[in-house]
Amino acid sequence: MISLSHLSLEIHGTPILRDVSLTLVPGHILGLVGESGSGKSMTALSLMGLLPQGSALSGSVSLEGEELTTAAERRLCQLRGNEIGMIFQEPMTALNPMQPIGAQVAETLRIHGAASRREARRIAREKLDRVGLEAIPMHRYPHELSGGQRQRVCIAMAIALRPRLLIADEPTTALDVTTQAQILNLLRELVRDEGMALLLITHDLAVVAEMADDIAVMRAGAVVEAGPAAQVLRERAHPYTEALFAASGHQPDRAATQLREVPLLSVERAVREYSGRSGAFRAVDEVSFTLRQGESLGLVGESGCGKSTLTRAILGLDPLQGGAIRLDGQPVSPAMGFELRRRVQVVFQDPYGSFNPRHRVSRLIAEPFHLTGRPADLPARITESLTAVGLSPDDAHKYPHEFSGGQRQRIAIARALITHPELIVLDEAVSALDVQVRAVILDLLARLQAERGLSYLFISHDLSVVRNVTDRVLVMQSGKIVEEGETEQVFTAPRHPYTAQLIAAAPTLEGVG
Amino acid sequence: MIRYLASRLLSLALSLLVASAVIFLMLEVLPGDPARFMLGINAQPDTVAALRTELGLDGTTIERYLRWITGLLRGEMGISYTYRVPVQELVSARIAVSAPLAGYALLLSTLIAIPVGLLAAALRGTVADYGIMGLTQLGIAIPNFWFGMLLVLGFAITWKLFPSGGFPGWDAGFWAGLRALTLPAIALALPQASILARVMRSAVIEVLSQDFIRTARAKGLSRTQALTRHALRNALVPVLTILGLQFSFLLAGAIIIENVFYLPGLGRLIFQAINQRDLIVVESAVMLLVFAVITVTFLTDIAYGLADPRLRRRK
Repeated sequence: MISLSHLSLEIHGTPILRDVSLTLVPGHILGLVGESGSGKSMTALSLMGLLPQGSALSGSVSLEGEELTTAAERRLCQLRGNEIGMIFQEPMTALNPMQPIGAQVAETLRIHGAASRREARRIAREKLDRVGLEAIPMHRYPHELSGGQRQRVCIAMAIALRPRLLIADEPTTALDVTTQAQILNLLRELVRDEGMALLLITHDLAVVAEMADDIAVMRAGAVVEAGPAAQVLRERAHPYTEALFAASGHQPDRAATQLREVPLLSVERAVREYSGRSGAFRAVDEVSFTLRQGESLGLVGESGCGKSTLTRAILGLDPLQGGAIRLDGQPVSPAMGFELRRRVQVVFQDPYGSFNPRHRVSRLIAEPFHLTGRPADLPARITESLTAVGLSPDDAHKYPHEFSGGQRQRIAIARALITHPELIVLDEAVSALDVQVRAVILDLLARLQAERGLSYLFISHDLSVVRNVTDRVLVMQSGKIVEEGETEQVFTAPRHPYTAQLIAAAPTLEGVG
Repeated sequence: MIRYLASRLLSLALSLLVASAVIFLMLEVLPGDPARFMLGINAQPDTVAALRTELGLDGTTIERYLRWITGLLRGEMGISYTYRVPVQELVSARIAVSAPLAGYALLLSTLIAIPVGLLAAALRGTVADYGIMGLTQLGIAIPNFWFGMLLVLGFAITWKLFPSGGFPGWDAGFWAGLRALTLPAIALALPQASILARVMRSAVIEVLSQDFIRTARAKGLSRTQALTRHALRNALVPVLTILGLQFSFLLAGAIIIENVFYLPGLGRLIFQAINQRDLIVVESAVMLLVFAVITVTFLTDIAYGLADPRLRRRK
């Protein structure tokens, strides 16, 4: 048994954790939920003894009676990987790019002197098979594997010595729904078969609802509610748990939206091909659909299905190899003029990466005018856009780092609004946001749509969000649209097996509470 | 790997071809006729014409370019206008000094810089780190000719450990040659080692902040183990880039140091040849340097491929 009691942490004097107490039982899954910055990951790192410099930890972490907070670094090195294994959020960067995967798994065994070189390789192979990588040779390098496969390698590394505790910090956040379901299944099996305790850290209530035996909800460094999963999700005794729960399934009020039977964007048998060594690759294969004025259209599918390629073509960034895309009857292509370009804008996922950190907000949101020169009423437009997204006109003089993630996404929306577009492509626009912030941004988008008669093309891997905010939905698989229909109808009665598979894979909070 | 190698080789050949054309044309458009320069302004036109034929300066530009290139391929670089000896003899005698000097300096700078950079990164933020970084700053700031003179004062004049200049030739024995090159190599290596150590330090720090180092620590590796087993090789890629650039610089940029130590190197040969309008020597020596630089770049590319599996294509 592993228990944390009255754990408090300060880093350079800033309180990070306050009086955290948790118990991890072999064969059980404890779900640790909370928003970013609530202290979930720091709790895990306290357990591992891997806190950053300048940390002051008080309280106790006990592993089978052994106190870890005061243990020597040498002893902690013996325990890490041996008694406690950990996997992280980002499988794309969690592996050494210069070492074959077999060697990386074997290293866990070698470093703890648990096996000879040959023996370690044999066990590494066994563990890779155990996590479902039977078909992958040991000499493969990480870049030759997909994200899901890399996460499996990380799991193999973490369980190579059958630790008592496995910590999984947002293990599936970077993966799409079907891969997420597979990884969660694997973790569940490992807990059952190997009898280890699992600390599952996530911001996604639906994931813990499906996985956890017990739940602890964290906010601002403290555990606000803890208990058996079913009870916590049903009773939601603490208002914060209730707020998280409500935000997870938040349905923006779209009653004021006026959908008009006038086609705005029409895509007819669009084809996008990449020429490669082994002939042409069709990323978008004869896709056809129509988006009407004032409509919200969802586009879902796994990573690599062609969503992003299609988006680039709709934005007029890449040429088509066949078919046509028209906006209000006019052809969309890389050669189209500004007047047409103005009418379609885009908001991307990453509120951190999509702004130049050295430009002020006024310059960032005026960027769409870069090619045409500034309109005479630019200052008025900047004020109008910022006000529309709920920011202050004074924010125009600030730099992006002065804003939180949610505020930055507001700036990204303001940048899209400034040209008075008719269609906004939302490419995973709320995927990186915490649930409560996401709910607020979804409300904002609904309000803007009602006020301005905007159309949205809503691209997301998060099916529950798509379900809550779109009128119709397109399901894309291997470059083709395999199903199209009214959102509610597609979700309740999917006709294509792939759609059914996607919906089944997505964790939900339905049936809870 | 074969594909990677072939594509690098093709780019090597193309670069050489373009470089040879540029060098030839540059010297072609420069004013001044070597034959007239050699015979003086009062020479008879037919004497000048005869000398031009003898020097291979007659014929169209294309003809002369082809003659030059085919000569180079056979290892014949023509006759020096001023020294009246085959250029290849001149150049190879100088290379025998310049190439070992550059290699020696590079070896010294690598041997110093990599451990120093690694140490500074491992001790980041401590007094030792600031001390090392301060020293490297100084190493970059000090002009190397001045540092060379300082070395001569100390090691040659006061302690008489090394000769103060000149080169006895490799015929005098390997150790005698090496001794003569030691002080100039140290003078050349100092700024290079300083730059390299700083690059190494920031590369290691960059790698240490990456997710896979955290993974390694979670597996139970100590800080030192994570550094040597996972950070080092990843940090070497940017270091290789700088190393490749430095070798080229050391080969051609040693003119000043060669002067300080009276070394008969390639840099000095080119410098003299330009002064005397000995175009054929300039052309061939510069071409040789370009060849060396491009070859080093090629080798660096190959080293990348060996160091980083992501750059290798699947077979």
